[in-house]
Amino acid sequence: MVLAGPEVSAAKAEPRGARPAPRARGGTAVRLALMALPLAFFAVFFGYPVAAIVGRGLRAGGHWQLGQAADVLADPDVLRVLWFTTWQALASTALTLLIALPAAYVFARFRFPGKEVLRAVVVVPFVLPTVVVGSAFLALLGRGGTLDELWGVRLDTTVWAILLAHVFFNYAVVVRTVGGLWAQLDPRQEEAARVLGAGRLAAWRRVTLPALAPSVAAAALMVFLFTFTSFGAVQILGGPRYATLEVEIYRQTAQLLDLPAAAVLTLVQFAAVAAILALHAWTVRRRETALKLVDARTTAHRPRGAAQWALLWGVLAVIAVLVLLPLGVLVERSLAAPGGYGFAFYEALSSAAAGGGTFVVAPLEAVWNSLRYAAAATAIALVIGGSAAAALTRRAEGTGRRGRLVRGFDALLMLPLGTSAVTVGFGFLITLDEPPLDLRSSWLLVPLAQALVGVPFVVRTLLPVLRAVDERLREAAAVLGASPLRAWREVDLPLVRRALLVAAGFAFAVSLGEFGATVFIARPDNPTLPVAVARLLGRAGELNYGQAMALSTILMLVCAGSLLALERLRTDRSGEF
Amino acid sequence: MNINLRRAIGTGLAAVLGASVLAACGQDSSGGSAQDSKTVTLVTHDSFAASKPVLAAFTEQTGYKVKVLRGGDAGAAVNQAVLSQGNPQGDVFFGVDNTLLSRALDAGLFTPYQAKGLDQVPEELQLDKARHRVTPIDTGEICVNYDRAYFERRKTAPPETFDDLLKPEYKNLLVTENAATSSPGLGFLLGTAAEKGDKGWQDYWKKLRANGVEVVDGWEQAYYDRFSAGGGKGDKPLVVSYASSPPAGVLETKPLPEEAPTGVATGTCFRQTEFAGLLTGAKNEKGGKALLDFLLSRTFQEDLPLQMFVNPARQDAKLPEVFTRYGARIDHPATLAPEKIAENREQWVEQWSSLVLR
Repeated sequence: MVLAGPEVSAAKAEPRGARPAPRARGGTAVRLALMALPLAFFAVFFGYPVAAIVGRGLRAGGHWQLGQAADVLADPDVLRVLWFTTWQALASTALTLLIALPAAYVFARFRFPGKEVLRAVVVVPFVLPTVVVGSAFLALLGRGGTLDELWGVRLDTTVWAILLAHVFFNYAVVVRTVGGLWAQLDPRQEEAARVLGAGRLAAWRRVTLPALAPSVAAAALMVFLFTFTSFGAVQILGGPRYATLEVEIYRQTAQLLDLPAAAVLTLVQFAAVAAILALHAWTVRRRETALKLVDARTTAHRPRGAAQWALLWGVLAVIAVLVLLPLGVLVERSLAAPGGYGFAFYEALSSAAAGGGTFVVAPLEAVWNSLRYAAAATAIALVIGGSAAAALTRRAEGTGRRGRLVRGFDALLMLPLGTSAVTVGFGFLITLDEPPLDLRSSWLLVPLAQALVGVPFVVRTLLPVLRAVDERLREAAAVLGASPLRAWREVDLPLVRRALLVAAGFAFAVSLGEFGATVFIARPDNPTLPVAVARLLGRAGELNYGQAMALSTILMLVCAGSLLALERLRTDRSGEF
Repeated sequence: MNINLRRAIGTGLAAVLGASVLAACGQDSSGGSAQDSKTVTLVTHDSFAASKPVLAAFTEQTGYKVKVLRGGDAGAAVNQAVLSQGNPQGDVFFGVDNTLLSRALDAGLFTPYQAKGLDQVPEELQLDKARHRVTPIDTGEICVNYDRAYFERRKTAPPETFDDLLKPEYKNLLVTENAATSSPGLGFLLGTAAEKGDKGWQDYWKKLRANGVEVVDGWEQAYYDRFSAGGGKGDKPLVVSYASSPPAGVLETKPLPEEAPTGVATGTCFRQTEFAGLLTGAKNEKGGKALLDFLLSRTFQEDLPLQMFVNPARQDAKLPEVFTRYGARIDHPATLAPEKIAENREQWVEQWSSLVLR
């Protein structure tokens, strides 16, 4: 590992010597102003609800339940579950990085036909209900599945199935967060290093890797948090023998209503997540430096030479097997009607919608609901996450007590990803129940809960890029007479726009796949696509199953279509600079 | 003034604008319905369903509009109601079953009300008949379902009872759900406990495990991925599901088949009864009472079977033809007193997990 030893002291020495004091104070004011909104948002919609539900558990019956806390912690089963949860998350993260980093490079540096579509398609796994995806994986890896028929290999009820599913779900996180920054790194820097005599590997290790490290670490953190709280994938593919902490918390809260046990488990989960966040902060802190960012379109080229072509084809093959194949199984099932392939299930969807029951959801209505919620959640996530990222950008004072405060704030924003959905949902229920915040039966609760998960994505994708923007560029613009707004528009926006769209894409996809805290909140009936799929799947029979698959296919198309539209937004407007 | 400050102010302004727009939206949607006493709010689980004409009939009869709030599975919905006891989300709660009833009653969730039409409900379903805090609305059975075609091909009879499942001819054929996380999985476990007794069920499950029972996490995987007649490509001809799964499976098939491709092992059933009650602290108590009456009216009771695939609690409610033709009548399902379930549930599930999963 390349630890930037000399830089540490440089970073420490710099703020006191180089910056005039008044300016630093002004920076603090700005930072506090920017932090106020996200802090308020997290205090009201995360801190307060979670603290309330944990507090109610720990103080059940009016006194502290420390005895029970000790019992829970001493339970060997709990320790076993914690151990499994942690190591499977670490292994999933490592495997995802290993498989997805080459793809991040390919998407960043190569131009090839269908690139935009593929970039949208890899996000699709994100929005699909776990039950549906789990079923598709079983069709490939399980008993009587494709692998079984070809080579007699069965991976279901093994850890491998869980890990592969986690790679499938999180592939896009690495490809898009790392790829987004990679595309904007100036390739000439690496070329310069090579001209100066560095070998290919040395040039990459010394020039590109340090520049990428923050975004790789950010992606790794997101993947870890996602897999750490994985629920459905572990259960469906690993079988009931494998349980994560999340499953235990769900059982204790949603089924047994044993709040003291759930509270202790939630705190254990927090401790584990906090440890990982600390590790992340420690590895990343010294590595973020101003980078020379360029327009992404100028860095991509057609693959040159056999090695690059092989890499491109290798990545495409991985995507085909890992992402397209399971998705293909779903599409195939949606078309496999009893009387041969056709659109019978899709027709059933539209005719059942005309039938008038409240159970069956009109597909168009579900699409509309999904899009509406996702748009609202994305807007909230961008505003909250955007101001948080802007507040965190100024890193000059990143040492000492205030620095710790800032890093604490950074970590706080990540916590929702590592928190059980049922904890947040039940917390909402017992806190947001009085005016002016009686949101329990408001539709707004759904996008708010979704935004909690979207914000970390926005922060983590924006931050590496924002920090990479050279402060001198802004200062130069000001010196040349640009108004602050103009400087922001001409300097920051073009460089950040790409990251902003990547972030928006994730926030959008996360809420399109709505199966977080909102599942545990009684809410007015505006069924979204995933909810409609779950309802169809909850009923017996081939026709219901087929319709669920058809609706899942529609969900995939809506997701890929929306993301493509987002990409288009970028290419249309990037002509400005 | 430095650039960052301006930037910050700009972002801040945008944020405040955004927030106020959102706040306005929020007020819009909550202000319209909460104060309106012509609305009665039903809090329930995700599987609740009623057809639009039936809900419209309620509005026509009483002038109240029904607002439905759905939240999670039955367990999660009941727990949410317990947590918001005293400041309920709505007026009526529907969907607490006999496995969860004690918890709801102990929490003081409901205010007594004797709904009209209760005289048409069999005594054995009225689990709170002394105080009428809850009203039985429907019943459903969790039973082993079998793949007809499989047993016809093999020329063996499908199993009928719990004991049959231990026989060598049914070795490695049954798939069930995790009792710790799945409601049918728990129901099946409770069925064996009711049938074999407090001491006997562990032994039964040891034998069942020796006879190759497979456990998967949820009903969807069991029915669609593992069961051979569920529409997927599974290879297990026996699955723990509902007595109403056969009619549910053929409902929208055209033309309707001679018989459903699946059947029910009638001696393996555990009965779940679902109740509704007037929530303590309901804002619209009068409307809530009207809604409870309506839930027990023939209009609603006869709509139930094809909406939620359960049996109406009222004896005089007519069952739809699909139901009688493809469904099985379960005459003597296993039952357990709610108090007994409440008392033992957690330890039973734990014992079951270590017996069957480890």
